[in-house]
Amino acid sequence: MQVPSHVEYERATSVEHALSLLSRPETRVVAGGHSLIPMMKLRLAQPELLVDINGLAELAFITLSSDGDELRIGALARHADLLDSDLAARHFLIFRDAERVVADPIVRLWGTVGGSLCQADPSEDLSAAFAAARATAVIRTPDGQRTVPVREFHRGPYETVVGRGELLAEIRVPINNGTGSAYEKVSRRVGDWSIAAVGAVLTLEHKEIKEAGLGLTAVGAEHFVAEQAEDYLRGRAPGEDTFKAAASIAAQHCHPAADQRGPEDYKRHLVAELTTRALRRAAERAENSP
Amino acid sequence: MTIRITVRVNGTEYARDVEPRLLLIHFLRDELGLTGSHWGCDTSNCGACVVWLDAKPVKSCTLLAAMADGHQLRTVEGLERDGRLDPVQQGFIECHGLQCGFCTPGMMMTARWLLDHHPDPDEAQIREAISGQVCRCTGYENIVRAIQWAAEHKT
Repeated sequence: MQVPSHVEYERATSVEHALSLLSRPETRVVAGGHSLIPMMKLRLAQPELLVDINGLAELAFITLSSDGDELRIGALARHADLLDSDLAARHFLIFRDAERVVADPIVRLWGTVGGSLCQADPSEDLSAAFAAARATAVIRTPDGQRTVPVREFHRGPYETVVGRGELLAEIRVPINNGTGSAYEKVSRRVGDWSIAAVGAVLTLEHKEIKEAGLGLTAVGAEHFVAEQAEDYLRGRAPGEDTFKAAASIAAQHCHPAADQRGPEDYKRHLVAELTTRALRRAAERAENSP
Repeated sequence: MTIRITVRVNGTEYARDVEPRLLLIHFLRDELGLTGSHWGCDTSNCGACVVWLDAKPVKSCTLLAAMADGHQLRTVEGLERDGRLDPVQQGFIECHGLQCGFCTPGMMMTARWLLDHHPDPDEAQIREAISGQVCRCTGYENIVRAIQWAAEHKT
């Protein structure tokens, strides 16, 4: 029987209230709880105080910024909300692709987008997707707020730049014309963590790749991105040869660890194949985008 | 340290003093005596513990009872209405949707939720809906048939 250690529990009634509660040491936010509570049951996490933010409806949204330049996703949006969001899908099919393979339908009803990013699990899917899309995290602080690129959000496994007394409030994803995106994952069975996964975001202009984002999941890529492959893609014409060359660069520059999900060479093989597939689909979608 | 929580389960209100670390599945089974929901894998994989919190199914081994304070819960005991089985329950009888019965309460709670949102699901939708739940007897064929039966017999 798995039972969490003793813990106190408070329900936040506003973001400000949550921030003041979070100023106490050894305090953790609980939202969906589907990462934190299992860790508490295994005693890998033993917070002294839990701050339940499920009542903060102001953090549960998926909307466009008033100028239409950014997709804004509240930290308390559930995986199922992002999966089902036609607005998000209109601009970024990468999120629908990724959400379809996050855990299972019941877990997706509770697990949150912000919780996934803050858990900072190296095998978690949304971190790579948001990194590929060059999203920005909005962190509420006692003095106001600060913004951090998702590519600088993770300090390492299970560690983020969100400090004591702070709360991830929102993720903003820049929208560019001529952009297509896709996410490709291989796992051992339905609902499992990735063996490897790749997210691609391509912006095309005059039949050239104007900007490329490549996010890698579960293969030890620094900040979840394949920067060298992105550099290679920029300015080239989209096509099979280009994609395969970029995929090979991505596979070379990541650092997968051999584990029960497979040996290192197999994971590199997956990175190359999935990068090619994700780029192919992202390019198709970019060509069909406004 | 305990905190006072009040929940409405299958229409009945309960108030209890609980430790904040108490998991919802143990609250339902041990504090309220509602043993229909099963405590299975304890790792949010198997889905035997699925109940509804307000209008959404949840794996109750991965939620604290404190998080349900002030909310409505529905368990397998609340499927039956006025002495009549829910079509999902009847479907499991008609189609032999259970063997050992361990996964059954969670399967039925998810099935009810699916049918409330998609009254006429195709087989793929049914399989997707229960994809986070494990039948260790591997009786999936009959579970799918039971849910199809329920969809065809709405009342």
